[in-house]
Amino acid sequence: MLNFDLAVVGGGPAGMAAALKARESGIEKIIVLERAETLGGILEQCIHTGFGLHYFGEELSGPEYAGRFMKLLADTDIVVKTDTMVLDIASDNTVTAVNKKDGLLKINAKAVVLAMGCRERPRGALSIAGCRTSGIMTAGTAQKYVNIDGYMPGHEVVILGSGDIGLIMARRMTLEGAKVKMVCELMPYSGGLTRNIVQCLDDFGIPLKLSCTVVATHGKDRLEGVTIAKVDDKLQPIPGTEEYVPCDTLMLSVGLIPENELSKNAGLELDRVTNGPRVDEYRETEQKGVFACGNVLQVHDLVDYVTEESQIAGLGAAKYIKGEKVTGKCVYTEGINGVRYIVPQRINCETDADVKLYFRVGAVYNNAKIVVECNGNEILSKKKKKLCPGEMEYVTLKQSVISTLPADSKIIVRVEA
Amino acid sequence: MEKRELVCVACPLGCPITVTLDDNGAVTDVTGNTCKRGEAYAHTECTNPTRMLTTTVKVEGGNAYVVPVKSANPIPKDMMFQCMEVINKASVKAPVNIGDVVIKNILGTGVDIIATNYAD
Repeated sequence: MLNFDLAVVGGGPAGMAAALKARESGIEKIIVLERAETLGGILEQCIHTGFGLHYFGEELSGPEYAGRFMKLLADTDIVVKTDTMVLDIASDNTVTAVNKKDGLLKINAKAVVLAMGCRERPRGALSIAGCRTSGIMTAGTAQKYVNIDGYMPGHEVVILGSGDIGLIMARRMTLEGAKVKMVCELMPYSGGLTRNIVQCLDDFGIPLKLSCTVVATHGKDRLEGVTIAKVDDKLQPIPGTEEYVPCDTLMLSVGLIPENELSKNAGLELDRVTNGPRVDEYRETEQKGVFACGNVLQVHDLVDYVTEESQIAGLGAAKYIKGEKVTGKCVYTEGINGVRYIVPQRINCETDADVKLYFRVGAVYNNAKIVVECNGNEILSKKKKKLCPGEMEYVTLKQSVISTLPADSKIIVRVEA
Repeated sequence: MEKRELVCVACPLGCPITVTLDDNGAVTDVTGNTCKRGEAYAHTECTNPTRMLTTTVKVEGGNAYVVPVKSANPIPKDMMFQCMEVINKASVKAPVNIGDVVIKNILGTGVDIIATNYAD
């Protein structure tokens, strides 16, 4: 049995930031466990720029952003174990992991930070008719083929789903000489950031077909084409609108799912909307001493926000280990009228800092107002020129306000259109 | 006078910007941006649009197949494909460090192509 103050599961941007923040907050013995051969997580294959504008005030590529934190980690004595798979987190916060060098590892940790990130929704989740031809893959898989392994997975591409990775891959494939025929999006709005529509699609004249989906794939060994169709307001394909599009590659960018197998096995309750654990303002889950941050908690648009959230979790874990973390009566958050979820789901009444409530809306709103209220009293409101599901929003609750709210009451966040 | 609606791509916030141009195509007013970067973007986008270029370069004699690179500064938007041709013909010898110049002053743009990751 190894003894550590803090065990961090995952060495991507979330895990690295949480570990570094805990160290900065005075925690001595920290271990980071990473499944891949290197730290950095998914950033290693995100070679486009746009990372770090908020956090570093510079426009970095994914590997550069990760590299900054790897360098900071290397300058500490935080133990990093790569190529190491965590198998289990027990109710007493004992972490079981395995790797080729050490064999089975049992780590006794005072606190655990979950930072496993997320994975892409696969083809199997979509039930598209067709054979299991080659040439159908998630956008992230294609991104790895092109950016890490250095080869092109196809020449004529249709992308289903307008998530950011799909948009980024539309540009990447085009730059490398492929013909990206279209991006089909089931919803009447894009799932990705507006800037990515502009610089990945508009710049190259790639059409974005909204309210449109792929209903069938064709070909036996290799993909030969897809049938697309328009969908109605119930998202069902409209008969008679089918169109055949020849292509050898179908990339899927149809959503990300937090990777919570470990959390579920540990008995943590997951939020039905975020698919991540339910947490308090320091990202402590319902299991004492277990914290969660980054895409395992809620899927973020920007790594800068992942870093920010993970520093909150790292600080929370440090406070917990030192016995300084406030726990007790809570107030609970809830999103209604277009607000799909709120993170954190609960806030300790006696919390020691201001709390940002993060959320996403369920539709596109122009010139809307975000209203926060408790027991019918408006706490604050914020005007927004534009709200869309693809972009995470937040409002900040002052600690002085939180301390006045009655215990067990509900903080409601809603959109006023 | 002409008004142009843009979405700023300077950062992921994607502010909606309205640019007013006079009859000679010169920018007279920028609204909707929330930072200086946005104002600068509006000016270049209406006069000489530029983009950051990111791609990969072949690695010789290393474990990695390719190493990611970026233009150290934005390059003219209409030169992206010409630059890609040059970059796809290039290769680097391992080891490579973050910030190493892979191609100096690509196609006379005054912009270097630099490595954005390690490769050994």
